[in-house]
Amino acid sequence: MATVEFQGKTFTVDEDGFIESYDDWCEEWVQWVKQQEGIDELTDDHRKVIKVLQDYYEKNGIAPMVRILSKLTGFKLKQIYELFPSGPGKGACKMAGLPKPTGCV
Amino acid sequence: MAKHQTPLLDQLESGPWPSFVSDLKQEAEARAKNERNIEYQIPQDVVEDLMGVLELSYKDGTTHWKHGGIVGVFGYGGGVIGRYCDQPEQFPGVAHFHTMRVNQPAGKFYTTKYLKELCDLWEFRGSGLTNMHGSTGDIIFLGTTTPQLEEIFYELTHKHNQDLGGSGSNLRTPSDCIGQARCEYACYDTQALCHYLTNEYQDELHRPAFPYKFKFKFDGCPNCCVASIARADLSFVGTWRDEIQIDQEAVKAYVAGEFPPNAGAHAGRDWGPFDIQKEVIDRCPTGCMRYEDGKLEINNRECTRCMHCINVMPRALKPGKDRGCSILAGAKAPILDGAQMGSLLVPFIKVEEPYDEIKEVIEAIWDWWMEEGKNRERLGELMKRQGFQKLLEVTNIKPVPQHVQEPRTNPYIFWKEEEVPGGFERDIKEFRKHHQR
Ligand code: HEM
Ligand code: HEM
Ligand code: SF4
Ligand code: SF4
Repeated sequence: MATVEFQGKTFTVDEDGFIESYDDWCEEWVQWVKQQEGIDELTDDHRKVIKVLQDYYEKNGIAPMVRILSKLTGFKLKQIYELFPSGPGKGACKMAGLPKPTGCV
Repeated sequence: MAKHQTPLLDQLESGPWPSFVSDLKQEAEARAKNERNIEYQIPQDVVEDLMGVLELSYKDGTTHWKHGGIVGVFGYGGGVIGRYCDQPEQFPGVAHFHTMRVNQPAGKFYTTKYLKELCDLWEFRGSGLTNMHGSTGDIIFLGTTTPQLEEIFYELTHKHNQDLGGSGSNLRTPSDCIGQARCEYACYDTQALCHYLTNEYQDELHRPAFPYKFKFKFDGCPNCCVASIARADLSFVGTWRDEIQIDQEAVKAYVAGEFPPNAGAHAGRDWGPFDIQKEVIDRCPTGCMRYEDGKLEINNRECTRCMHCINVMPRALKPGKDRGCSILAGAKAPILDGAQMGSLLVPFIKVEEPYDEIKEVIEAIWDWWMEEGKNRERLGELMKRQGFQKLLEVTNIKPVPQHVQEPRTNPYIFWKEEEVPGGFERDIKEFRKHHQR
């Protein structure tokens, strides 16, 4: 496990840059991931995706399926990639502080 | 002097089969010498550390790769399988050891120019180790670091005109048998269809939007050289619907022993002289063939196009002229609810550009499965859960006897309400008028 220091905060992250604990999520984390994930300007649309992911995770204990993320946000997959170039898993989930996607990726 | 002692691996250098250990050592040595003065972008001793960690796994009988790994290139949600060693201090050369899937050409025909250029790229920015090819079909670049991923992707796309393959909950890299390129059995151009659909569905391949993974495979005939029926959610198996073409002169040549049966495939052992009755007529699964007075006859209406007679006498028998393919759905490995092979969905469909009819079937299935499929549920499992009937409904295909191997034996039969006179709304009071409690 590595640590990241950013704007006075310290985060424990794994090799892929996912935050170790969802509880450590904060605005500084968002700003840090923004740099890593090829995002220039954070818009309300970015915030909306993050909020939906977090609400879903808090309620269900898992990340939503892509289809459900699209339904809840109203964004098509194409728009989600425009917002998060590495996609909903590596990009948006990482920024929202959710655990790393697993399985046969 | 090798970096790590590998006594267990060394034993795998003996014996006649090409040894992957000898090959690894050769690459390790080539990197150590670096005769071409390559500015290696990942550790020069990556191969030695790979052998080191493998030897350690041989010793204690367990893997030394950490769980999972999420890396990739911007714009895509798959294509790279991230991997990290769980002993990075001991084997720093493979601390990062990501795999990149590179989309192979249909049929896997190459020029040396193309392969050399790919090798140059991979020597420079990767481990120099590959898998030719992954089971799904991709060229596999085996082992590089995170910072190299975008660099490799840039060079692949800009210099080599070459894209990544698929991974994740999406359409994986389609693959095919060599088809009409070098096989007289091919009932359609497997490479053309494979290439076309790969291009057509690039979005579905690069950006996971499905409940789970989905695979296409294309076989030119029921011999299934790419094993589509066992290894693809949708299998396209070539077939014909008119008569097997018979060359009676060639049949006689087989009977006379001029042509070896099965193109000489059993020449390694003496099976006696060719006996057309025993080896073909009596083996036909439907018993629809006859050989009398030096003439071979086939009752094609009863032929199931199993390929046996054609396989035995390829110079005398050919698939018919009215060709197309069957589409089978739902094959998958055991996890979660048991292994499945493809089930026949479309008995016959013409394979003609621009393949609109085939695309209709594919897209109808996706519409259904993307809406109804549970998280990590393969098409085959959705078929089990919601029923084959539902699959027929969404693809607008009429149920035919060919859809089943045998009819159901249990009587738990569902009826649609509109099929039942009077419907399902019943009043118990009405019933009680005729039947007392
Ligand atoms: C003329 C009279 C009857 C006819 C024609 C009849 C017919 C049937 C049929 C066709 C089945 C389905 C068999 C299967 O699923 O394999 C069945 C099941 C059954 N019948 Fe009858 N039945 C009659 C009378 C009765 C009576 C009087 C009883 C009980 C008092 C009864 C109890 C059952 C039970 C419990 C089953 C379910 C068995 C199971 O699902 O394993 N039946 N009957
Ligand atoms: C404690 C009492 C009972 C228990 C625990 C019980 C349990 C069960 C179970 C587990 C099934 C199988 C359900 C399935 O396969 O989906 C079943 C089926 C059935 N039971 Fe019972 N049962 C009981 C009493 C009765 C009685 C008293 C009757 C009739 C007088 C009865 C009639 C049936 C019938 C007809 C079926 C077959 C239903 C079908 O095939 O759809 N059961 N029962
Ligand atoms: S599947 Fe049939 S057409 Fe394709 S290579 Fe094999 S034998 Fe030939
Ligand atoms: S293809 Fe098979 S079923 Fe048809 S005639 Fe030949 S052996 Fe018989």
